[in-house]
Amino acid sequence: MGRSMLDVRGLKKVYEGSGRRVEAVRNLTFTVDAGELVCLVGPSGCGKTTLLKCVAGLLTPTSGEVLLEGRPVSGPPPGMAVVFQEYGRSLFPWMRVGENVELPLRQKPLSKARRRELVADALDSVGLADAAGAYPWQLSGGMQQRVAIARALAYEPDVLLMDEPFAAVDAQTRADLEDLVRGLWRERGITILFVTHDIDEAVYLGERVLVLSASPTVVQEQLTIDLPEERDQLRTRVAPRFAELRTRVYEQVQAAKRGVTAPRL
Amino acid sequence: MKRLALRLLFVVALPALLVAAWWLVSADSTEVYWPPLRTILTTFPDVWTGERLRADVLPSVLRLLAGYAAAAVVGVALGTVIGSYRRVRAVCEPVLEFLRAVPPPVLVPVIMLFAGIGDTMKIAVIASGCVWPVLLNTVEGVRAVDPVMAETARSYGITGVARLRNVVLRSASPQIFAGLRQALSIGIILMVISEMFAASNGLGFTIVQFQRGFAIPDMWTGILVLGLLGFALSVVFHLVERRVLAWYHGLRTASRRSS
Repeated sequence: MGRSMLDVRGLKKVYEGSGRRVEAVRNLTFTVDAGELVCLVGPSGCGKTTLLKCVAGLLTPTSGEVLLEGRPVSGPPPGMAVVFQEYGRSLFPWMRVGENVELPLRQKPLSKARRRELVADALDSVGLADAAGAYPWQLSGGMQQRVAIARALAYEPDVLLMDEPFAAVDAQTRADLEDLVRGLWRERGITILFVTHDIDEAVYLGERVLVLSASPTVVQEQLTIDLPEERDQLRTRVAPRFAELRTRVYEQVQAAKRGVTAPRL
Repeated sequence: MKRLALRLLFVVALPALLVAAWWLVSADSTEVYWPPLRTILTTFPDVWTGERLRADVLPSVLRLLAGYAAAAVVGVALGTVIGSYRRVRAVCEPVLEFLRAVPPPVLVPVIMLFAGIGDTMKIAVIASGCVWPVLLNTVEGVRAVDPVMAETARSYGITGVARLRNVVLRSASPQIFAGLRQALSIGIILMVISEMFAASNGLGFTIVQFQRGFAIPDMWTGILVLGLLGFALSVVFHLVERRVLAWYHGLRTASRRSS
């Protein structure tokens, strides 16, 4: 186990409004180590987005706490970047791609030259080096999500949070983007918390998979994905171990929907 | 080239037809109040000399621009504050609805009481009428900022002035421009009305003077000048809007194509 980067302790979130009280997240505790890629998977409507927003400091939890490198998160911390599912609504359509990537950097004490360098480097590593002058809406969905990833990379976060980032793109683009995220993670050694409802995606990407229960949410099960570092859309997905792991996660998600704990592997 | 010519034809066809119809129908008119268009057009260069443009049209246009600019600044500033805070909105909304319902021309006598009959009064009248569409559209635009964009900005620490400049006002700009467009036509109307009450120069003043002096063809030329002025201002507005909102028109075309 390495140094813990992100600590979520006893997180609970209850929405209250117009006489209705909805307990979205009941009691979540988990840690993510520095440099780890952890996938959170759970049945739809299990409060994944609520959890992620609490971690990102966008929502205040009802109780419990989130620690980033030991410091409690009370608002969006500078060491975190979020990639949202709705790329079309997360990029600013009135700014060109380069300006979109640069805008968050302008809030940091960086020189103009350094900002330029970070923008160029980030766009280059998502394969969009020559798209800086385009508007986001001139690009395809997959490319727009690449821009959102570049924006997050340029911000140089300690932790990258991704909220079902590929749920709205087609299957082939999705496979490319998965490999991109895996590649960036290995290259740059950032800590990634990746939320998804897709079991295959969670197993393919993660070093560890956390299965969440149905709402009100707790951690149903934690699985270490002992697949080789080097993963490949063709071979990894047909490997026997991949099939075992995905079956295991699948069983847990099914059990989570029914609200029971499946027997251990 | 051929497409451009065709477009030009479409643009010019209807105005040409209307002018031709006016020319033909009024050609043999002996009616004092409906002089032939030919008479009006031959009067035109005699009436609208360089001296008159400087003495009457220029002051009108300057007052219009001053009132319009004041309304734009106040409308956008207040609208942003009201649109950003729910509490402020709850307090202001009934008052705004009332003030908006008061027709601006009736304010002329009131404004005259404390602003006199000079330029200040006229600028105040124009501004007081133009401010409402700008204000109300800004409120709506600021309220309608996409929640995902707002969260993105927050998560990247884009707050305060940077948020206002790069996110809120840009996102509201299509709505703000819709308000500015409405305000422009209201402004022209009020420019004329304010000059009809108490003035010593201006387009509205000149037209009323011609009418009272039974210089009917001259009066008609004044109306033509007003129409041309409105048209020119709207063309300029359109050019500015095309430039500032280029992203918005591009976005709309792109989403129409994909759906």
